Amino acid sequence: MDYETTVGLEVHAQLLTKSKMFCRCSADYADAAPNTHVCPVCLGMPGVLPVINQRAVEYVVMTALALNCTIPEYCKFDRKNYPYPDLMKGYQISQYDAPLGVRGRLDIEVEGQKKRIGITRVHLEEDVAKLTHRSIPGEGSYSLVDVNRAGVPLMEVVSEPDMHSPEEARQYLMKLRTILQFLGVSSGNMEEGSFRCDANISIRPFGSTDSGVKVEVKNMNSFRAVYHALEYEEQRQRRVIEERGRLVQETRGWVEEGGVTVSQRSKEYAHDYRYFPEPDLPPITCSRQWVEEIRSRLPELPDARQDRLMAQYGLSHYDASLLTTSKAMADYSEACVKLNAEVQVEKRAKAVSNWISGEFTRLLHATDIQISDSKVSPEHLVEMLDLIDEGTLSGAAAKTVFEEMFHSGKRAKEIIAEEGLTQISDAEEMKEIVARVVAANAQAVADFKKGKEAALTFLVGQVMRQTKGRANPTVVNKLLKEKLEESA
Amino acid sequence: MNLYDLTIHQAHQLLKNREISSIELTKAVLERSAQVEKKVRALVTITEELALSEAEKADKRISDGDFTPLTGIPALVKDNMCTKGIRTTCSSKMLENFIPPYDATVVEKLREAGMVLMGKTNMDEFAMGSSTENSALFITHNPWGLDRVPGGSSGGSAVAVATGEALYALGSDTGGSIRQPAGFCSVVGFKPTYGRVSRYGLVAFASSLDQIGPLTKDVTDSALVMNVIASYDARDSTSVNYPVPDYTKSLVPDLHGLRLGIPREYFVEGMEKGVEEVMRTAIAKLKELGATVEEVSLPHTKYALAAYYIIAPSEAMANLARYDGVKYGFSFQETESMWDALEKTRQFGFGPEVKRRIILGTYALSAGYYDAYYLKAQKVRTLIRREFEDAFERFDAVVTPTSPTVPFKIGEKVDDPLQMYLSDVCTLPINIAGIPGLSIPAGFADGLPVGMQVIGKPFSEETLLRIGFAYEQATGWGERKPPL
Amino acid sequence: MKLSREEVVHIALLARLGLSEEELEKFRGQLSNILENFEVLQQVDTTDVPPTAYPIPLENVLRKDEASPSLAQSEILANAPREEEGCFRVKAVLE
Repeated sequence: MDYETTVGLEVHAQLLTKSKMFCRCSADYADAAPNTHVCPVCLGMPGVLPVINQRAVEYVVMTALALNCTIPEYCKFDRKNYPYPDLMKGYQISQYDAPLGVRGRLDIEVEGQKKRIGITRVHLEEDVAKLTHRSIPGEGSYSLVDVNRAGVPLMEVVSEPDMHSPEEARQYLMKLRTILQFLGVSSGNMEEGSFRCDANISIRPFGSTDSGVKVEVKNMNSFRAVYHALEYEEQRQRRVIEERGRLVQETRGWVEEGGVTVSQRSKEYAHDYRYFPEPDLPPITCSRQWVEEIRSRLPELPDARQDRLMAQYGLSHYDASLLTTSKAMADYSEACVKLNAEVQVEKRAKAVSNWISGEFTRLLHATDIQISDSKVSPEHLVEMLDLIDEGTLSGAAAKTVFEEMFHSGKRAKEIIAEEGLTQISDAEEMKEIVARVVAANAQAVADFKKGKEAALTFLVGQVMRQTKGRANPTVVNKLLKEKLEESA
Repeated sequence: MNLYDLTIHQAHQLLKNREISSIELTKAVLERSAQVEKKVRALVTITEELALSEAEKADKRISDGDFTPLTGIPALVKDNMCTKGIRTTCSSKMLENFIPPYDATVVEKLREAGMVLMGKTNMDEFAMGSSTENSALFITHNPWGLDRVPGGSSGGSAVAVATGEALYALGSDTGGSIRQPAGFCSVVGFKPTYGRVSRYGLVAFASSLDQIGPLTKDVTDSALVMNVIASYDARDSTSVNYPVPDYTKSLVPDLHGLRLGIPREYFVEGMEKGVEEVMRTAIAKLKELGATVEEVSLPHTKYALAAYYIIAPSEAMANLARYDGVKYGFSFQETESMWDALEKTRQFGFGPEVKRRIILGTYALSAGYYDAYYLKAQKVRTLIRREFEDAFERFDAVVTPTSPTVPFKIGEKVDDPLQMYLSDVCTLPINIAGIPGLSIPAGFADGLPVGMQVIGKPFSEETLLRIGFAYEQATGWGERKPPL
Repeated sequence: MKLSREEVVHIALLARLGLSEEELEKFRGQLSNILENFEVLQQVDTTDVPPTAYPIPLENVLRKDEASPSLAQSEILANAPREEEGCFRVKAVLE
């Protein structure tokens, strides 16, 4: 039987404010010693009171507007009550029935098809403390509480159950993250936990009106994990149904190492959050004027930027969408294109795009560095491209040069000089090398003469090796053919 | 006259004229404490050394000419307001050894004004109670009858002011916790408008109802303390940025032109005859002083108690969730699991009344009961508020007894929570409406104090002080001292 | 409104409040009595009456996003029943 999958996502993103949600402790706690970004307020000491961080509210409204949400006139905070050692007050200040944004949408593209995903709500709350588990042989186990993270502003974006495959879910997440980055409201770093995702997934036979049994999946720490966890869940649920088992509505955790989800049913936990309006925080009235003022300050968003890159630089839809997967990448590309006005824009844009989405991205991934933190500045990359255009650097050698630039931060010119990588343009020198290669590879020469075209490719490769890629392959090809015909 | 019997304004005159020093005054108050404390037990912590060093500093300020009416005046703070470096227990086992790293805003303000802090006063645990019998530390006795309760929850503060263990004290009032003990001990207790005094540093009981205020020997002193503690505080989002007048300017001994309402619903069932008689006499006196007095009906009053005892425990349930034995306070460790440790910490750290309210509040908010209890109570709250608003269209203030009874016997109501709750029946509607209420000594019934409550619209503190002052000047009930 | 034993047990679990058998029975009786008295609220007609969650009409109380120094770690941990490695120590929190 064929099944239809339904997925809804809840995303939590830490906001890039200077201070925490309700106190003035610095929200930038990365690398800080434990419990050094803590005050009586975020520790939940007796007697303390919260005060709302205005920027956090604005960031959520910006996000809600970017997601085409309605901003209600009346918003408020509520207490969500659930005792847990990571929750300092025993309740989380969150938003229940009057969030900052409602009824929005996000467009994604899957296999060339545009899809519209509904956004249920966007709201603001506070992050919780970090628990670290310790296990000491013979002594048993315990946990440590670091309160630095507690009280950092956290935005929750809840989608409608409009996704129907793990890939759609992944695309939605990536698009949402890109939007947050374009807005500058969140780093969107999933591995570091500043961007987190829980999923609700159910399956049902195609055409069925039964909604299926909803399973919540947690603990997914990367886009890949989300994809694999949902894929696993789809199959698991299908198996249970086909084996005539009973699916239960539950929370399951993704276990990366095993590639499985496991039930997190906790007998001891009773779910009843007992929300009620937070009496310590007067409500928020979002005047239309204020909302419009924030709307007018919204930066260019990924979709708009993609369209502009295509129109302004003649990039293909494919290239433009690759370059707009992150704001940093889009900014970097545009900076490159603008640096040398002498060059034809379309040609340069294409070259920049090829380098960024190819070699550059490969190295960034391999070293886990963000493009904005790379040692290769747009100036450096453009200088290298100019050298290629001039004929000083061959395309092949450029790969070696770029890798060196990437690792050392040196400029292309320096590397070329040090390693003698200037393209060989002297015809006599080239002819000599070609002659040497032909003499040393009698078998290949013979094969070529028997009509094996591949032998020529091999010989070209040999020349490139001898020259460390400094030769121009077109020239080599031409000279080789001449030489081979000459000796025929 | 004994130095410890002075009011703030009297002591201030003597300090200013260098007839006494703050050190002398402080020592006199400390001696008085040593003398009466074994009988009344009003204090949880006595900060003798700190008091003497602050008195010394105050004397220096006074000789430098840099002083306020509160400089060098010995004071006490209810033990639910955070004092930096000084244990703040809320009279609970849960916080028996808790030392806050910060001062409540009111404490900070009083310290700036030159307060000499004598210590912290006993209270019902987490301010939940009407007799101070719910203190997990010890019981406080009413100086007007040592076998009787001083009222609560600010019982320690009321007793300390009545006996001269301080010239004034701070209390907190969620449903009558300043006014009712003030009435029971024959001192002046003032609960200002919600938002008038910062709650930052006040250990929360019910956040939408709590308010800090002074307990003093007379109305003038109340105005003097209000001049310092009333202010906008950016650390309290519910504090109101509304101009703070000089409250002493309102102390006029004349009530001509004022219209007073007497709500008939406050004079019915459960009220003691003696209290009613005192009130009739007091109302006659108010007329004599020039006020127009008329009866008014506030029919929703009878629903206030139920609404209050749903709203306050609901908020308290959340406010008390932070006591988990992890970050501070009592922590029960002799168990295996984290959940068990948490539950036992709360089982052994909280007393019975606190537990009762946690259960009540949790129930009122839980799935299936939210609409019938919490939401219904919040709607009734609206009706009670509107009713007061309507009354204040016609009246400048409303006058009621502070409590339907005189101080009751220790132990009399501890096993009947509902009877105990009824002790606040006249005071809690005022917290529900967020409006100010002043309790002033109105006389005695069988030798026991009776308080009169004056209620006004939001930010009408000056009107209330004026009424209280005029009445006090004309009667002098507060000048009687308990027979200790 | 009579509270059942199970209801009190459930409520105590929600509130993470341990209760002895004796307490459980005592509170069950007292709270049933209290809730019965609170039935009086159901007599009030609250049709179209909005709830009051805030006693005074304030709105948009916001602060600027400015950071200021936190307390020292030692001050934060000063009241901790158990600490280790600069953290509060608790019994094992298992998922």
